[in-house]
Amino acid sequence: MLKAWLIFKKDLQQEFRTRYAVNAILLFSVVTLTAVSFSIGAFSADQDILSALLWIILFFSSMSGLSHIFVREEETHTSDTLKLVAPSTSVFVGKLFFNLFLLVTLEIITIPLFIAVMNLDIVNPSLFVLVIFLGSLGLASGGTMVAAIISKAGAKGALFTILSFPILLPVLISGISATKKAVTEQTILSASSELQALIAYAVVITTASILLFDFVWNE
Amino acid sequence: MKLIAESLSKNFSDCKIFKDISFEVSSGQSLAITGRNGSGKTTLIRILSHLIPPSNGNLTLSQDSKIIQKEDFYKYIGLVGPYLELYQDLTAQENLLFFARMKEIKNREGRIAQLMEIMGLKGRENDLVKTYSSGMKQRLKYVFALLNEPEILYVDEPRSNLDDQGIETIYKIFEQQKKDKILIIATNESEDLKFADVQVDLNA
Repeated sequence: MLKAWLIFKKDLQQEFRTRYAVNAILLFSVVTLTAVSFSIGAFSADQDILSALLWIILFFSSMSGLSHIFVREEETHTSDTLKLVAPSTSVFVGKLFFNLFLLVTLEIITIPLFIAVMNLDIVNPSLFVLVIFLGSLGLASGGTMVAAIISKAGAKGALFTILSFPILLPVLISGISATKKAVTEQTILSASSELQALIAYAVVITTASILLFDFVWNE
Repeated sequence: MKLIAESLSKNFSDCKIFKDISFEVSSGQSLAITGRNGSGKTTLIRILSHLIPPSNGNLTLSQDSKIIQKEDFYKYIGLVGPYLELYQDLTAQENLLFFARMKEIKNREGRIAQLMEIMGLKGRENDLVKTYSSGMKQRLKYVFALLNEPEILYVDEPRSNLDDQGIETIYKIFEQQKKDKILIIATNESEDLKFADVQVDLNA
């Protein structure tokens, strides 16, 4: 775990110097949010539609930055150097931490803006925060593994979204459904099936990724 | 420490790079891998350092008859090669501290300072690696490879980008390494071959 933390810190240090991934996802999310708010700003959209729109913005914004963590290692030829000093599990967990950090940064900026611009009323804030966190964990886990796979390929950018979409679809569906309940219903129990699905997805995909990552990383 | 390669072969799709390479090297010995361009010197070095798997054959590293597991291989080796890069957006010191922590090296700062001085990079520790010249980057790769005092030092194209002073320095390192550890170099330079006790010719 210490080595995973060191890899996370190293990636964070690089990101603060270059800001490639942060700039990509923040610009994408702000531009999309602006476009959406101009398009439907004059109408009063249903809370259901707003929940779906929020997740669509989060999903596609994250697609523009999550792959960067492995693509950068391949393009700068540092992946071999990293293989010489770190076991593969530490590499995956470190990269997962970084992608989770990236998503949380995206959400801290995008969600308050979305709530303000789109007039999203959140009835159950604790459920809303829980759903966003579990959804982020699922997106980060699935996204990190797919990023490792596509970093070895030629057309990296296009492949990432194409491969990620079917893999991350369960997160998107459960996230939208649970967010809809957080903005319309009072109790956390009302979204228990979606929360179970999000937790199960995050646990299964993270465990499977840790077990299988060695084959992707060292091949 | 003993490294045994048994019938190593490598193919990329239908393209055969080399086949049936076997050798054995022990501490205090050195091995040179030679061969024309494209014969697979770099590929063999990458296989020997577990960066890529062989298509066929076995590679065993043992210490006092105890087999070192593949996952722990990286603790015992150092590698210098043209395809290895350090993080360009970090300083040399940040890079080396990161790698030293990853390799669980004690007295990290002291070891880094010592190696930076040996490689003639003292005073440039806090410069970003992207500001280094190609020769300085090659010197820095030697610092990286030697951080953990590796039991096996792999060097692919040892003289690459180095000036006369740099070559003299790495030759001293080679002399030191082959005294009680293993040195494996991939080269075609006759000057480098004088360090080799055993030679594997990939043209044969």
